[in-house]
Parts: sequence; structure tokens; C-alpha cells
Amino acid sequence: MAQLINRLRLWRGAVLFVAGLYFLVPMAASVWFSIDSPGGIDFAAYTGLLGAPGFTDALVLTLELAAVTVVVLLALLVPALIAARLGTARMRAVLEVVCTLPLVVPPVALTAGLIGVLRWGPDHLMDTPFFQTIVFIQRPEFPLVLVIAYVLMSLPLAYRALDSGLRAIDVRTLVEAARNCGASWPRAVVTVVLPNLRSALLNASFLTLALVLGEFTAASILGYQPFAVWVYSVGNSQGQMSVAVSVLSLLITWVLLLLLAAAGRERRPAPATS
Amino acid sequence: MLAPAAARHRRALGGPWAAAVPLLAFFAIGFGLPALAIVTGAFTLSSDAESGAGSFTTANLTDSVQGAYWTALLSSVKLSALTALVGTAIGLPLAQAVVTSRFRLVREAVLTASGVLANFGGLPLAFAFVATLGNAGEVTKLFHLTDHGWSLYSFTGLAVAYLYFLVPLMVLTITPALDGLRRQWREAAANNRATTVQYWRHVALPILLPSLLGGFVLLFGSAFAAYATASAMVGATVPLISRQIADALSGNVLVGQGNLALALSLDMIVVAVLVMAVYLPLQRRSARWLS
Repeated sequence: MAQLINRLRLWRGAVLFVAGLYFLVPMAASVWFSIDSPGGIDFAAYTGLLGAPGFTDALVLTLELAAVTVVVLLALLVPALIAARLGTARMRAVLEVVCTLPLVVPPVALTAGLIGVLRWGPDHLMDTPFFQTIVFIQRPEFPLVLVIAYVLMSLPLAYRALDSGLRAIDVRTLVEAARNCGASWPRAVVTVVLPNLRSALLNASFLTLALVLGEFTAASILGYQPFAVWVYSVGNSQGQMSVAVSVLSLLITWVLLLLLAAAGRERRPAPATS
Repeated sequence: MLAPAAARHRRALGGPWAAAVPLLAFFAIGFGLPALAIVTGAFTLSSDAESGAGSFTTANLTDSVQGAYWTALLSSVKLSALTALVGTAIGLPLAQAVVTSRFRLVREAVLTASGVLANFGGLPLAFAFVATLGNAGEVTKLFHLTDHGWSLYSFTGLAVAYLYFLVPLMVLTITPALDGLRRQWREAAANNRATTVQYWRHVALPILLPSLLGGFVLLFGSAFAAYATASAMVGATVPLISRQIADALSGNVLVGQGNLALALSLDMIVVAVLVMAVYLPLQRRSARWLS
């Protein structure tokens, strides 16, 4: 028996070691690649990033898109999901289907569909107010069409996060208690339900943020230049800088997830009972 | 039973459905219209065609499953199936090693890292692999891999890169199921003189099967939908359906084939729907098993 346990430990150690190697080597190699230069170690790829042409514009556009996407997504999803908890099982099922369907359409196909819709503008809607709308959502300064795409792409992720958060608290009892104390509907939701959902809301926001920061498909095909598309164009001319950005993006994802874990942990000490 | 529910409905000003109206409206416009555009476009002769523009045709769909497009679709399915299979085969033992580890820290570290890496797709992944295993990559130079016939810009290279986010995804997906395996089952098997292999073959794997298949399908879907990694890493050397769609959309298409991209998208959705049709019931079944 002792021999078996020893063998198991050995096997476990070997598996973890090989996996660790496979996942750490590309990271280490990337870091090395980004600072390795003929004259020795050089951080130019990182320091040169800020001054690179287009960097700030692309980053600002991406952050704006991310912020608007998160706000729109939460504004649409949170009231619907809270109401679904108070409503019937049928309603929950409908929302689940609606929020899961985007998974079936890969980003490239979704983009193709969006382009198909945008083409209706000049083709059929020239003299209607819809045409102005279609022009408006494609403004290069702030392409709302990307927000639409991003909200759809992050819908399944955000739904999962919020739904598991809502599952952990008894929404019906909370709302009824608040209502019995004379709170209005908005007040009951804002001051009683939302604070209990803090970590789920953060979770959904971070996942959406990470998705928007890295999104390349829709933006590049539709011809806009947020951060990921800018990185791609840099990668063609300056390999080191694109790798430096990759290293940074990995670090940023890591920090986001650590923040998320920290936010989730704070709520642990008072587990909800249902 | 009915009366209180009805009363609650009346109190909630128009019922809970009212709160879902914005979401449903957004979905109908943002998702419904593109879906409609794909289906109608796929079956319509392009408006830039010389005659009969806008009329019903199955030519787009027929074209989309022929020649280079068919090759790309097959190659996408092959790549996704292979990487999902390998990802499952590697992810399971890795997750098992993590779950049974004595050290809490190992478990936390691997699961956090998996969370990060499962989201580490797209461009950064491509650049990291170019820096590691590309022609001028550090590991390639160190071991002179090019002399041994290695090329990152191939089917194999792409598969190796995809596994970098697929394996962590599998670890995240399968860990809850492995946690659900009771220790008593293993002890019971051991008391009946079952070997480790017999325990896995007759007890653990049958219970895990729905979760494993579900994870496989999730991996398949992720690999199938991926576009950025492939386009930044291998360019056009490995034909993929997602790249064909992007190419068709960004211009260089023959006159009268503008709707081909939509037909290709429809092909892609059909594959994804078939895959999802396997996934969703399985997910429910595994949830029942391991609750």
C-alpha cells in the first residue's frame, strides 16, 4: 500500500512537472525574446510602447468600448435576471436560451451577419431614418456596432457569472422583506439585492473587460483599430514590441483574475443560506 | 397554489417579464437581424451579380461546400477535433493530479493559472508562440529545431499553440466533476480487490463520461471559433473556415459571390449547432450525476 501511494505521488509530481514546463517555457521564452537584443538585455520594446504611433488612440478607444460594453451588458442583464428569479421557471428557461445562443455563432460568423445587416443600409434603406442609424453606429470615432458585437459575445459569460451569483442568494425573500418594510421596487433592488451580488457583478464585468481588451476578430474585419488590431499591425513590423505587448496582456489578465479572486473572497465569511 | 402566484404577478407592475424587455429587444435586433441576414443572404443571389439579383438560390451554399472552401471547413473540423481530443487526454490526468494533491497551494496555483491561460487566446498567444517556437524563437534556436523539420507555421504548430489554452480550459471544466467523485467509491473498489486500472475503467470513467464529453465539445467549439491566433500565426498556410470567411468579407471576392461569406458562416453555425446539441443535454446529465 505504501508503495502504491509512493508511486501515485511520483506520477502526480511527474504530471505536474511536465505540465508546468509546457506552460512556463513559452512565457519565459516570450519575456526573453522581448528583452534580448544584440547589445545585451534591453527594455526598449517596453519603454518604446508608450511613444509608438497609434498606441494611445488604440488603447483609449478600447477602454471606452470596454466601459460602454460593461455598462450596457449589466443594464440589460441584471434587471432581467433578477426579475427571472422572481418570475416563473419558464422565464428563466427563456433567458437561459437567449443568453446561451450566441455561443453557437462564432465571432467570425456574427461579424459576417452584422456586415450583412449593415449592407441593407445603402441597399434598401437609403431614404429612411434607419439609414441614419446605420451610419451612426459605424462612426469611426466610436463604433457602436462593436459594442453590439461585444455585448453579444460576452452575454454567455456574463450570464453564467450573474446566474450563479443569484443562485446563491434568496432573491425572492430579500425583495419581499424590503417591500414589506416599505421600500419601492428600485430601492429594493439597488439597496438590497445588488450589494449581495457584488462579487458576481465584478466577475461578469472582469470577464467582459478581458474579452473586449483582447477581441480582434470583429474589430479587424469591420475595419476599426482598437488595441488588439493595433498590436497586430505592430507585430508585422516590430516583432519584439508585439511580444512585449503579449507579455503585458498576460500580466493584465492575471491581475484582473487576482482582483476577482480577492473580491470573491471578501464575501466568503458570510455565506448566504438558502 | 395559483392564487398567490397570480396576486404576486399583479403586484409586480406588468410582471417580471417587463424587466426583461430591454434585453429581449436588444437580442432580437442585435442577434436576430444578423442571424436573419446570414440565412437570407446565404440563399440569395448577390446584389452585385449581373442578373437576377436578390433572387433565391442555393448556389452560395453549394459553392461553400466545394473546392477550397470544403478543404478549409474539413481542416477546421479536423484541427478542432484533434486539439479537443488531445486537450481532453492531457487535461484529465492534470486535473486529477491537482485534485488529489496534498498541497492546497498547488491546487490554488494550478486553478488560478488555468483561469488565466484559458482566457489567453487570440493574438498574444500567437505572438508568444512565435517568440518561443517560431523560426527565430528562443526554443527553436536553442535546440536547432528547424534542422529537425520543426515548423510552427503548420497544422501541428497550430495544434500545439491551441493546446496552450485548451488544456487549461479542460482542467477548469473537469475539476468540479473530479471533486464529485467520492473517496468511498474508490475504497469500495479497492476492498473488492479492484486494481487502479479496473477502478478507472469500471467506476470513475463511466461517471465522468458525460462531463468529459461535455468538456470535449466545449474545447471543440473554442478551437473551431478561433480566428485571431491562426491568422496572426500561420497566415494562409493552414486553410481554416474562419479565415476564408474573413477573406471573403474583406473584399477580394469574385463579383456575384458577396453572399458566399454568409453561406460559409451558415456552414460554421450548422457545425457549431450540431456540437452544441450534444453538449447541452450532456451537461444537464452530468449535473444530475454529480450533485
